[in-house]
Amino acid sequence: MRSALPPSNSPIPASIRGDIVTTTSFIRAVIAVLFFAFSGPAFAQGTDPRPLFNQLADANFNEAEKLVGEIATTGDPRVVPALNAFSEGDLYFRKSDKAVFAAKPVGLQLELIDPVTGESAGQVAKGAVTKVKVNNNLRRAIRAALGGLTLMSPDRGARLSAADAILRSPSAETLELVETALAKETDAEVKARMEEARAVSLLSSDRSVEDKRAAIETIANLGGREAMRIFSTISSSIDESLKPDVDKAIAKIQGQLQLWDLAQNVWYGMSLGSVLLLAAIGLAITFGVMGIINMAHGEMVMLGAYSTFMVQEVIRDNAPGLFDWSLAIALPVAFLVTGLVGFVIERGVIRFLYGRPLETLLATWGVSLILQQAIRTIFGPTNQEVGNPSWMSGSFPLGGMTITYNRMWIIVFSLTIFFALLFVMKKTAYGLNMRAVTQNRRMASSMGIRTPWVDALTFALGSGIAGIAGVALSQIDNVSPNLGQSYIIDSFMVVVFGGVGNLWGTLVGALSLGILNKFLEPSVGAVLGKILVLVLIILFIQKRPRGLFALKGRAVEA
Amino acid sequence: MITGFILRALEGKIVVAVGILLAVAIIVPALNLLTPPDSALHIPTYAMALMGKYLCYALLALALDLVWGYCGILSLGHGAFFALGGYAMGMYLMRQIGSRGVYGNPDLPDFMVFLNWKELPWFWYGFDMFPFAMAMVLIVPGLLAFVFGWFAFRSRVNGVYLSIITQAMTYALMLAFFRNDMGFGGNNGLTDFKDILGFQVQAGGTRAVLFAMSAIMLALCLIVASAITRSKFGKVLVGVRDAESRVRFLGFRVENIKLFTFVVSAMFAGIAGALFVPQVGIINPGEFAPANSIEVVVWTAVGGRGTLIGPIIGAILVNAGKSYFTGAFPEFWLFALGGLFIAVTLFLPKGIVGTIQHGWNARKALKAAADAEKGRDAGALPAAQQAQAAE
Repeated sequence: MRSALPPSNSPIPASIRGDIVTTTSFIRAVIAVLFFAFSGPAFAQGTDPRPLFNQLADANFNEAEKLVGEIATTGDPRVVPALNAFSEGDLYFRKSDKAVFAAKPVGLQLELIDPVTGESAGQVAKGAVTKVKVNNNLRRAIRAALGGLTLMSPDRGARLSAADAILRSPSAETLELVETALAKETDAEVKARMEEARAVSLLSSDRSVEDKRAAIETIANLGGREAMRIFSTISSSIDESLKPDVDKAIAKIQGQLQLWDLAQNVWYGMSLGSVLLLAAIGLAITFGVMGIINMAHGEMVMLGAYSTFMVQEVIRDNAPGLFDWSLAIALPVAFLVTGLVGFVIERGVIRFLYGRPLETLLATWGVSLILQQAIRTIFGPTNQEVGNPSWMSGSFPLGGMTITYNRMWIIVFSLTIFFALLFVMKKTAYGLNMRAVTQNRRMASSMGIRTPWVDALTFALGSGIAGIAGVALSQIDNVSPNLGQSYIIDSFMVVVFGGVGNLWGTLVGALSLGILNKFLEPSVGAVLGKILVLVLIILFIQKRPRGLFALKGRAVEA
Repeated sequence: MITGFILRALEGKIVVAVGILLAVAIIVPALNLLTPPDSALHIPTYAMALMGKYLCYALLALALDLVWGYCGILSLGHGAFFALGGYAMGMYLMRQIGSRGVYGNPDLPDFMVFLNWKELPWFWYGFDMFPFAMAMVLIVPGLLAFVFGWFAFRSRVNGVYLSIITQAMTYALMLAFFRNDMGFGGNNGLTDFKDILGFQVQAGGTRAVLFAMSAIMLALCLIVASAITRSKFGKVLVGVRDAESRVRFLGFRVENIKLFTFVVSAMFAGIAGALFVPQVGIINPGEFAPANSIEVVVWTAVGGRGTLIGPIIGAILVNAGKSYFTGAFPEFWLFALGGLFIAVTLFLPKGIVGTIQHGWNARKALKAAADAEKGRDAGALPAAQQAQAAE
């Protein structure tokens, strides 16, 4: 019988058990226990641990390991410092009476400390005591025992992390401890965690097959990679009769993991899609609605990012407390800056080129070169550092996936802009004018709409939105003079794919391209994935030259 | 018939241009090789290499002019055909290195040894033979243009949509060629060339011949382009540019006309790339960059699209300007180039040559009209109309 083997041959490889108890959580637990030990009343569970300590003086390693277990089962939290001292090699016994003490050096002498009460027992010469020997197996046993002890700590966090520690490094020795702790536990969350810890420990104990089967069930319900890891460590040593149960549980968890992977991929895709949407949405207005090929669109995004940088610089110098608000302040600044630049470009260059789309393309390309070089001359060619406000950094887990705050906010942000724009286009007088001018310029003009003014404002709006996009993209991309270049082709692809002149098309196009990209990536790699997407779009345009959501009716030929 | 076709190409301006090119092909290498270095007439090798580069660019601009100026297809992906021709030549030159590479492998180029490849990929077979490689210089860009154009023109993708997908094409190719596993040297591209047809690439004589070849090929392509545009087919081509649907309703297969022109133009670009590579000594994926292709458009626009001579002048002028600016004021080159883009589109939409021609024609038309009024020459009237139509 495997379970009859001495605990040192426990089936979990040392390499796994070794790194388990993360130091921080452990120290926290120990401190909590210490605090309790020195301040509160004595906590005795019947047996006095003192004689058990004394027995260590004569014990060999195996016996010592058992003794450590027994000391831990007393449940007396006062023994924690002594056990720590033991694993550090600071446990000694007095040659005269074989009484065991923790010791710390004071000058040339050692100060003896009672392992249970923690009181000083006087100083002795180093020759008067012998060290109680410790090896790695023993240290491991001590660590497990300590984990068990903190299970009964009055501090809720300490119990929780102790249960976690056991969950990560299960062993048969801790089973009884967990069960004792479980019986007394009242907090529901801690209790649930301890149940899981119990189940894990139970699998490596000599309990009955039925119990183990129930334990497997519990672990399977735990789910996630944690459970997979437990099963994979346990499966080699598990009882033959339990193998099918384990396999079934593994299959179940794998199914769940696949679902979560899928969800995570969709999430990544949406995140990429929202970036594309941000970059493309301004273009959807200038190109999609006005028919202007604005090759300087990427530079508008870049200007927005640099506006953010400037705002943050000013805030750093003058009002560091406002830093968390920097993005909120940068939004209107970027909108105004890029909107103004867009206005100037429209009045200065583009208005002479209406009806000559190819020339517009060349002229705006020239504008983009000038803007790029201007920024390079002013700020230098290197990346500028744009900081993340505190609410944009970090992440949180959602089921089996991890969601970073900056990506989440960018998705929220891009959708907000999208719907705001949709509102402006469909529900405001200005939006009505704009649509009228796009559909039939001359008719709109004869109805009294000042078409040149509408053109200029629309181009400024598109540019301003690109600037806002730049504020968001400054959070996830390098802010350099080349920032815009990396988005321009993608943006055009999104608008053309979605259907020119249709905002909804841009939304669907951006999200589907983002998700498609992320689904291709794992199988073919990022670069090849991107190439495939480009080729697919080229082929798609052959099939539907007007994009996913083509305009119908008279507007088509306009 | 062929001679007739060629002879028709030799209209006044073209003859002059071809003559100048042929003269340059002889004089520049002669001045480089035969005069002593301290002579006032001596052309240093670096200057000749630079001029050779400009001639290759001029050929590329001519190729673009054929599709853009005459057929109305603004390709933002002509850099891709140029680079493909360059890669075909580069592959030949790589195979000529033989065992003289750093790793001394007789079959595999250095980068393949470096990537631990055991044998030559299939698409490298045959590139050790010059005729095969030269055929590929034409076939690879031509085939890509054929496939791409076949789909695009049949689905009637035109105008800016076509421009955008050609840009996507060259962008996708750039990404692809940057990959090491593609087998074209990845990031570093192909370089360290030694021999071409047994002559040292770096040697003065070889460089002179390469320069002369660039000028001669440019002259040859100019004649072919002129022959195409001055033929009946060329008239239809201009018709497609100006009123595509009308030409289609008249019974012409517009997509075939476009496809033919696109393929010929891509082959021109391929030749330009092939001549470019041995003269600059390297070809890398950066040549596929969309920005390069757009720059070609500005050369053509500056010189004057739809004039054949214009793009050649434009490419040489802009590139000479680029060489000067990037040396003298590196900060200002992009300002100058950007300004040029805007200025040309706003103030000089016909380009240099186009504007001169326009002025010339206008004067002639004015004179003819004046003559006609005097009733001296009634036959001059159609000439005036023709001049107006040519605008």
